[in-house]
This record gives sequence, structure tokens and C-alpha cells, in this order.
Amino acid sequence: MPDRVGEAKEIKFRDPELAAALGRNLTALVDEIGRSPISLMHVCGSHEQAIAKYGLRANFPKALDVIMGPGCPVCVTDAPEVDEGVELARQGVHVATFGDMLRVPGTRLSLADAQAEGHKVYVVYSAAQVVKMAKENPGEEYVFYATGFETTAVATAAVLLDEPPPNFSVLSAHKYVPPAMEIVAQNPKSRVEGFLAAGHAAVITGYGIFEPMAKKYGVPIVVTGFEPLDILAGLVELVRLVRDKSPEVFNAYPRCVTREGNLNAQRMMWQVFQPASGMWRGIAEIPDGNLRLRPEFARFDARKKFSIDASVYASDAASELVKSCICGNIMSGLASPPDCTLFRKECDPQHPVGACMVSSEGTCKIWYEYGGRPDLSELKDAV
Amino acid sequence: MTDGRVEMRHGGGGRSMRKLIEEVFARGFADVPFDGIGLAAMDDGAAIRVGDRWLVLTTDSHVIHPVFFPGGDIGRLAVAGTCNDLAMMGATEGIALTCAMVIEEGFPLDKLERIQRSMVETCREAGAMIVTGDTKVMGKGELDGIIINTSGIAFAGAPVRDSGLHLGDKLIVTGTMGDHGLAVMAARHNLEIDGGTLVSDVAPLTNMIRAALRAGNGGIVAMKDPTRGGLASSLGEMATKANVGIVIHERDIPVSAAARAAGELIGIDPLQVANEGKAVIGVRAEVVDAVLAALREHPLGRDAAIVGEAVAERPGSVILDTGYGRRLLVESDGEPLPRIC
Repeated sequence: MPDRVGEAKEIKFRDPELAAALGRNLTALVDEIGRSPISLMHVCGSHEQAIAKYGLRANFPKALDVIMGPGCPVCVTDAPEVDEGVELARQGVHVATFGDMLRVPGTRLSLADAQAEGHKVYVVYSAAQVVKMAKENPGEEYVFYATGFETTAVATAAVLLDEPPPNFSVLSAHKYVPPAMEIVAQNPKSRVEGFLAAGHAAVITGYGIFEPMAKKYGVPIVVTGFEPLDILAGLVELVRLVRDKSPEVFNAYPRCVTREGNLNAQRMMWQVFQPASGMWRGIAEIPDGNLRLRPEFARFDARKKFSIDASVYASDAASELVKSCICGNIMSGLASPPDCTLFRKECDPQHPVGACMVSSEGTCKIWYEYGGRPDLSELKDAV
Repeated sequence: MTDGRVEMRHGGGGRSMRKLIEEVFARGFADVPFDGIGLAAMDDGAAIRVGDRWLVLTTDSHVIHPVFFPGGDIGRLAVAGTCNDLAMMGATEGIALTCAMVIEEGFPLDKLERIQRSMVETCREAGAMIVTGDTKVMGKGELDGIIINTSGIAFAGAPVRDSGLHLGDKLIVTGTMGDHGLAVMAARHNLEIDGGTLVSDVAPLTNMIRAALRAGNGGIVAMKDPTRGGLASSLGEMATKANVGIVIHERDIPVSAAARAAGELIGIDPLQVANEGKAVIGVRAEVVDAVLAALREHPLGRDAAIVGEAVAERPGSVILDTGYGRRLLVESDGEPLPRIC
């Protein structure tokens, strides 16, 4: 193999031998507990992505059920929030957002539909790109349609603290994860015995933020990263805590995460944003689950700067298809994509009925792309 | 088809496009009434027996934004694309191309000349000639810059279909996967990616494939160029048409460091995006080493690798062994979008 190919193989935390060893540990611990299922939830689309992409689930012990929770910021963006973006675009404002967000259905239209109508909707990779566009065209109004959890919210905050031009503003649909985890833990229908928390969010918040929750609900929480070894090591620790019935917080991502987190980033985030209650699509009204701009940043707040009346869309009745969508149950960890009658039939990534089929962080999209949990065990000896 | 309208995904090279062809275009055309390969085969081209040889015919229209991209331009793409479709059918001799250009009013002449020079250069590499052509100009805004259609004919000793896999056959890819698609995507979305040069691999494969066919001595049983939809789409088609399963080993698949970094960053799998200078080749196990050696001797094939095999299980599916576990490798439908975090 030439060097440039070899080099890419040496990405850290992907050693298959170590992965196999961790897999054996995991199986031994699950066997030791000796009941089925042991239900664990991760709350991050990137974890589901990694589990599916690396084919980890095919090798999980059968008694271990790793459920995906409300871990996709795009998926939990509520239809009326999408409507606000659509309405702004229809007012002739330039609306820029992340690629994932484009096809997320609003009450009736998505931002992609607004784009197809000829309105100025763009895909960007960062808020900074939108600031650049705004500076280049000072006569036009640019809105960054901001989605993402605290990780992404910090990046938006940084841009707002860096004196953006007056023709730039933000429509914040940012979400804050910790309150949503509590909602899941409180749910009496929940079977979740332990949480795998998202390493990148914890880089900002610190793992200490989970300690009160672990104590209050008696569930262990392990913070981990996104490489195959991170996930396997995180699961081993989590199953160990379940076995020992110890509701602790364990940091399995010490190379990035500290107890207190990135204080500078937290300061920036709370300087710009304040928590607000709001609907997470398909899940529930989450107290303090949304991040909205503070009054000091009103001049950059698209909701204040423009008059957005999206109520015209709200009266649109949901279609029969939308009524059959079980995204909410999937995001709450109560169902899997194949439980949905629309999955792979009426609902696919090109014609998503629910938001989980849109984003690369959405469970349905991930299961669609990676074949979900096909039983490939029969192949083990064949090749 | 939703709402009875053509959507972007119908041109994406995936399921939707095949459905459109089967349900709309191919309807009413019977298969070729003579010894040959026609539309029903949905292969890279058609083949007609002429004496003891086969005449292979293919056509391709090229649209790309931006017209000049890192590693190539629409002219190189138009020549290489058609030469590669011919090569994938085993046709590497006596290549003649047509070239039809549809140009937008106002298109700069110096750019047109640059495209033409690139076509001359690419033809030289492939041993191809452009023998006839056509020119049309359309009004400003009626198309995006330029569209180039090239059709090609060439001779094959025996045509190679994309449906010829049998159990136990090995699969070779001739080099790193995903470079073209990711390079163009990065250029199109102005994604600034550090750490390496992400360039398109667009190149004519004619000479390399000729050497491989010779080394294979009849043992090359299936070929495709993994363009739109990438390796995932090509393997899916090969598995479906041959009714076999395919297992590929992710860690054996060559991916350049730059493409891997870009793919990880924007959440797009290099195995699901276009290549324009690579082939995936199904080979009988007994000649796989000879074919691999012949490929690696050619500059375009120096990263060639054996990546998998045809198996009896899960016919029609492609299974990716990641080194940690297994999953299905599903072809994407429509253009992948960069993700958020």
C-alpha cells in the first residue's frame, strides 16, 4: 500500500484488535448480568452514525439493546420553527443554513421547498460563512438559520460576539441537551438503565453537568467520543456501572472532556443565549430545552428584526402520512425505525415524512443508509 | 414519480434514475433483435457483433458545476467519461468519439479554448479521436454555461458485462475512491478543507484496462466505472444483476488521506460519491494476482487493491466488513448534502 493510503488507516482509536478485545469484555459483562434486554440509551446522532457506520451493532451481545434517544438537533427542530425560516425566505431575505436542515418538513413547506420556489436559501458550513456573505453584499439582509446543540451554539455565539455586520442576523433553533435527557429519564415508559452522553457536547458543558441527574434518577451516565474504540469502551464502562448498580458519571473521553468543561465557551454561550422552554419535535415541551438570543443581542435576532408571522402555516392540517409517523417515539427510544409502517415505503431520504429521515444524524436516515441491524451473522464463516 | 415531475434525484445515477429509464425511456423498445447487448441490459453501453469482434457504442452528456474544478474540467470529463464507458465494456481499440456542444450565450471564448485543449490532451492519453461534432448556442440563462455530449464507438474482443459475477470471484478497485465527487463538492460549496490536496481523479482508463484484459486472459468477468453513486452504487448493481452477494473489506479499500478527511468532516462517505478515473473489476480468483499486477504497473492503477468477493449469502446486497463488524453498503439516491456536526 502506498503511504498516503496507509496514513489514512492510522486514524487513532480505530484499532480492530483492541475493538475485538473490548467487544469480548462487553459480552462477558452482559453475560454476568444475565438478563435481557439491558437497555442503554445514547443521546447523540453522531453516536448512532458511528455505531451504524462501523457496523458495531452487528457484534453487540444480543441481550444488549443500545437505543438512540433525542440526539439529533435537526430532527427535534419543530415544524413551526421551520415555518419561520420559510416565511423569512419568502420575505426576500437570504436564509443560510446547514445542509441537513434543508429538507426538514415544516408544517407544509421545507426550506428546500422555499428554495425551489426561487427564494434565496443556501447551504453553508458555518455561521462565519454567512457573515462573510453579508459583508460582501451590505445592501442585502442575511439570516443564519441556526440549528444544533450546545456544541454548535458556541460557534454561533462566537460569531455574534465578533461584531458581525448590521445586515446579519440569527434565527436560533439551537437546542440544549441536558434538560431533554431528564425528560427521557422521567418518562415512566422508559426502559433506559444508563445513558451514553455525547463527548463533543460535554467538551463544552463538562461532565459534571450530568452528576445531579445521575443522582436524581439513579441512572449511570458515561461520557464518550465517536471513534469505534470510544463507543465500545464507553459501553463497557456503562454496563459495568449497571452491573454494580452505581448511578455515577464516568468520563470515558478524558482526552477531550473535563469535569468543568470549556469555561470560556460556556461564558460565550450564556453571554449570547438564554434557555427558553419550547417544543422538541415529536417529543415534548422541554423546559429550558431551547436556546434563544438574549435581549442584548436583539439587533441580531431575526425574530426581533423582522416581523415573522408563520401562523398562516400553523392552520395547515397535518397530512394522513404525517399522522402515521412515529419519529417522536423513535427519538424517545420507545420504538425503532422498522416499527414504523412508513419506513422505507412512503418515507425515504428523498421524501421524508418525519424529520428523523432527513438529517444524517436522524435514526431513520441512519438505519436507511446502513441497513439498520441486518442479521449478518450467517456470513461469519463464509468469507 | 412524485407529482409527475422529474426531480434532481432522477439524474443522480441511483435507484430513481434506473426507475425513470425503465418506466419511461426503455418502454416500447424491444431488446436488440440480433446477437448483442441492448438497452434492457442497462449496462455502460451497447454491443453489436461484427464478425469475430464486437462494436461497442455509448453516449454521455456532461454537465458539471463548476466547469473548471481541481484536477480537471468539463472537457476532460467528457472525453474520459465516454472512453471509460467503452473500456468498461472491454472496448479499448479504435476509439472514435462525437462531440456535441450546447453553449450558453456569453460563454467566454478563452474558456471554450481551454476546454478544447483539454479534450485534445485527454483524447491523446486515451488513443481516441473526435471525428464529428455539433454546436448549438442557447440564450443567456437557458442553461448553466455549457453542456457537452460525447458518443463513442470502439471494438472489443469480447464484451465485458456488468452482470458477470459468480460465487468466488474477486473484486478489485483500481485506486482511491471518492476523489472526484468530494473535490467537486468542496469546490461547489466553497468548503475550505485543510490537510492535503483534494483533486478529481478524472482520467481515461483505456490503456490500463487494455493491459488488465490482456493479463486476465478472459478472466475479467465484470467491470463498471464507479461514477455517480460511487463504489456503493456500482457494487449494488453488480450484485443485483448477477444475483450474488458481495462482501467488501473497508480497510482494504484505498481512500486518499484528503478524501477521507473531507468525507469525515462533511459526513459524506467516499464510497458513495463519484470517481471519474477508476474502475471496479470482477475477476476469476485464479487470475486475480495477474490482473492486479498489470493494473499496478500502470500509473493510474498503482493503488489498485483486492477489496472483496462474490458470495452466496444475501444475493443483491453489498456487505461492508468494517473491521469492527458488518453492515450493508446501500447506494445513496440523489446528491448527498454536507452535514452539520
